[in-house]
Parts: sequence; structure tokens; C-alpha cells
Amino acid sequence: MEMVKTEGLVFEYIRRNDEGEVESINRAVDNVDLRINKGDFIAILGHNGSGKSTLAKHINAILTPTEGSVWVGGINTREEEHLWDIRQNAGMVFQNPDNQIIGTVVEEDVGFGAENLGVPTEEIWERVEKSLKAVGMLEYRKHSPNKLSGGQKQRVAIAGIMAMKPQCIVLDEPTAMLDPMGRKEVIETVMELNKKEKVTVILITHYMEEVINADKVFVMDKGKVVMEGTPREIFKEVEQLKRYRLDVPQVTELSYELRKSGLKIPEGILTVDELVKAVCALKKE
Amino acid sequence: MIRDITIGQYYPADSLIHKLDPRVKLVGTIVYIIALFVIDSYIGYLLAALALLAVIRLSKVPVKFILRGLKPIIAILLFTLVFNLLFTQGDPVFKAGIITITKQGIRLCITMAIRLVLLIIGSSLMTFTTTPNHLTDGLESLMGPLKKVKVPVHEISMMMSIALRFIPILMEETDKIMKAQTARGADFETGGLVKKAKGLIPLLVPLFVSAFRRANDLAMAMEARCYRGGEGRTKMKPLKYTGRDMVSYLVLAVFFAGIIVLNHVDLLMF
Repeated sequence: MEMVKTEGLVFEYIRRNDEGEVESINRAVDNVDLRINKGDFIAILGHNGSGKSTLAKHINAILTPTEGSVWVGGINTREEEHLWDIRQNAGMVFQNPDNQIIGTVVEEDVGFGAENLGVPTEEIWERVEKSLKAVGMLEYRKHSPNKLSGGQKQRVAIAGIMAMKPQCIVLDEPTAMLDPMGRKEVIETVMELNKKEKVTVILITHYMEEVINADKVFVMDKGKVVMEGTPREIFKEVEQLKRYRLDVPQVTELSYELRKSGLKIPEGILTVDELVKAVCALKKE
Repeated sequence: MIRDITIGQYYPADSLIHKLDPRVKLVGTIVYIIALFVIDSYIGYLLAALALLAVIRLSKVPVKFILRGLKPIIAILLFTLVFNLLFTQGDPVFKAGIITITKQGIRLCITMAIRLVLLIIGSSLMTFTTTPNHLTDGLESLMGPLKKVKVPVHEISMMMSIALRFIPILMEETDKIMKAQTARGADFETGGLVKKAKGLIPLLVPLFVSAFRRANDLAMAMEARCYRGGEGRTKMKPLKYTGRDMVSYLVLAVFFAGIIVLNHVDLLMF
């Protein structure tokens, strides 16, 4: 079954002047059809302003489409009476770790979403403990969020979403403000949740390295989905990606350059190991 | 430099007072303050001081730490005392030029000093032993009845706790902006009051812009986590009275009764 489905999704930011007349229309998302299956790890790539964040906000029903429709777990986001079901079902992690932590103690913040859902007190504690354990932050439960590193803060934010027991997590550039270590921490946590807890993950990013392990990648440009496929299929098209102002992972770039200069290296190499094997194979020939 | 200011200082310790329900401590502080103004005799003050000393002992907060909290208000204290001493009408004890010191003035001066010192120690003891979160929880619960007259009690306490959470973040940001502006040649240190105030503009404008942006982000994150006001919300840490809270209320009642009785005893004696 599909976790998230969009059909002809269009969203326009409309700027009005003081008299309420339309000054300019900016079409951020343009006719997008998506099908995301339950349990998948999906990555959405795109340069700044490609509309990927706007798309993400539709999945959590923070925005409603100008045209077309979005279904989350079979519910249309236009149905206002189900708004809170959708938000519970599709949790969202944002870019800035400081601006999404509400509690002054880690465990209180993790419990915030569950409190809002009206979960009984004892169950909140169980959920908090379980989700903190799932993101590996249990030992920090009594700490103040201000003293944590960026990566740790994002993991707390993810735990806060997990405590709401969603079927799907949307991460809107969760690593954009983190250092490389923090980035790795967050991505590993998300991948583990996807594998162990079977949560559907929709990762929005512009770091190519993070999408290598995704089941499916969508590339967006100017509001449209322009490429769709497995990471291997996507990264084959180095030149096309560059046209969308995206960089391929370093290893892929290197093998692409090597192939361009005449070496027999297969297309779509994603990891260092693969490249090493390919180069060794060349030597043997 | 800004980090030196601490608001709602909390002194972590494992004591009976720390474990008390925040509502007990809030009510206790209010009752204590009222008592200080009701007291009409030196014996009453003695009782109040002893009671406070006992609570300090129980709270395990070092006396030194508490006295340090008094430092910033010494100036205000002296100011009040001098004024009370010099400008109270009554029977003169000492006269020199335009300065007259009266018996009533001395008495008022002493009682005022005791009152202020006890009041400040008493109320700061509450913040020393209660986490800000507990405090807002306690306030929300105590103000609960006001919901009936449409006071947004839950919203107020939510705003308070969010404000507390963002104080350190905004301070850090202020520091950062200050450094960035200093690097661009801004001067925050020299000049008169007007010049200094003007110098703050390049600090405050970006700070406000960023605070609004943060507020916007936070509101979105809260909505994304299904926040929809206090209706239908459960609590992760609900407040519950235990035996020791009840005992504390009892002790408080006895203390207040004692103060009132002492007032009358004093009147009979003199």
C-alpha cells in the first residue's frame, strides 16, 4: 500500500500588495505525481529553491495544495477533520535543531508530541524511553538540550517524532546545519529506524552522500520531479545531475572522469569499495 | 559578559525542599511574604528568621550561595534604609542641622531591613529549589480556576516555559551578533549613555529579526507535532500531592498562626 501519494500537486506562493491584489505568483511545486510505498527509504534531492521543502510540508499538511491532492496513509490532506491524524502519522523533522525543541529537558521534549495526542501518562514514559533508546540518546534523558551537539539535538527531535508512533517520517534537510560527524550520526539513526522499526523515511537533502542507501531517489528542479530511480540509476547520469546544479558523490565523480578519459570502469559507482574493485579488475586485464 | 546574568537560578541538590510540590513552595512563599508584612513585633521577626533558617538548612543550599544573591540589592536596601531613617516623623533622638533622626525612624529602619532581607532570601529560596519548569507547572495548576473566567492559563504557562528555554539560545546569539558587529567596527563600549544606546541598534535589529524567525519555525514545529492548545492534552509529569506536601501545608498554617498569636502577645506585653 502507498504511504504517500500525490496527484497533480501544484503549490503557488502568492504575494499580494497592500490592496490585496496579486503582485506575483511563484509556483514552488509544479504538477508533481509521487508514489511512496510503506517501509521505503526515499530521498528527495534538489538544489536550493527546487521546491523540495515545500513538497515536504504538504506531507505533514502544514501546507495544502493549490491544485491537485496529497494522500497520506490514504487520507486526503484537504480533509480538515483528519488534520491531526495526518500529522501524527507523518512526523516531520526540520532543519534547525534549536528551533524545534520545545522542552527544557530532553525527555520532556520527547514527550511533547505524545502529550499533545492525549496519551496517558504511563504510556508517555514508555514511549519516551523506547524512542530515546531507538535513537541512542537514552543516557542524555535528563540533560538540557542546550548542552547537546547539533547531531544529538536532531536525534532528540527524531525521538520526539518517534514517540508519536508515526508510520512515516519526513526529514526536511535535517543535516544542513550540522558538521560532518553530526551528519553521519543523524543519517545512521534514520537508516536504523527505517530498517528496525519499519518506518517510511522521506529524506530531503542536497547532500548526495546521504542518499546512496535510499530505495528510491527523486530529483527535483524548478518545482518538477525531473528524475526518479534507484541511486545507481540516478548517479549514472552525471551530466544531467550537473545541469540541475547537483554534485554527485566524490567517488562517482572520480569514476565518471576516469571513464571519460578512456578507462573501462562501469557506470554508477557509489562507494569507494566498488571503485577499488573496478580499478583492481582493470589491473588484472 | 551577558552570560553572567542568570534568571531563575536553580541550585541542584537532593533535599526535602527540592522534592516538594511546586504548588506548596509557591503558596509557602506567598504566605511567608504576607506574614512578613503582618508581623508587628521583634519576636515575630525572630520566629520568621528562624523558620527561614530551618528551611535553608533543609534545602541544603549553602548560605554563601544565598548571600551572594543578596549582593545586587544592597544598594537598593541602603537607599531605602537611609530614606526611612531620615524622613520619618516622630520623637527626635538626634539633631544636626537639617538632619533629624527619630525613634520611629530607627524602628522603621530596622524592621524594614529585616523585612526586605527575609523577603528576598525567602523568595529566592523558592527559585533555588524549584526548576523553572516545575515553577510554570505549579503556576498553571494554581491558576487553574482562572480558566473559568477565560484566562488562557495553559497558554501563559506554555509561553513562560518556551521563554525560559530560549533565554540561553538568544543570549548565545546576542554574543555572536556582538562579535560579528565588533568585527565590522561597531563600538559597544565607549561613549556616553546616548551613544551607547544608539550603538545597540545594530545589535538589536538582527536579534529581533532572528527571534521572529525562530518563533515562526518553532510554531511550525509545534503544529507539526500536533500541538493544539491545552484541550485534550495529557501531562508527562502531572503534579501530585504526597504526604510530605500535606505536612508542609500544615507546618505553614502553624507558622502563620504563630505569627498572628505573637502579634497579640506582644500587644499585651507592651
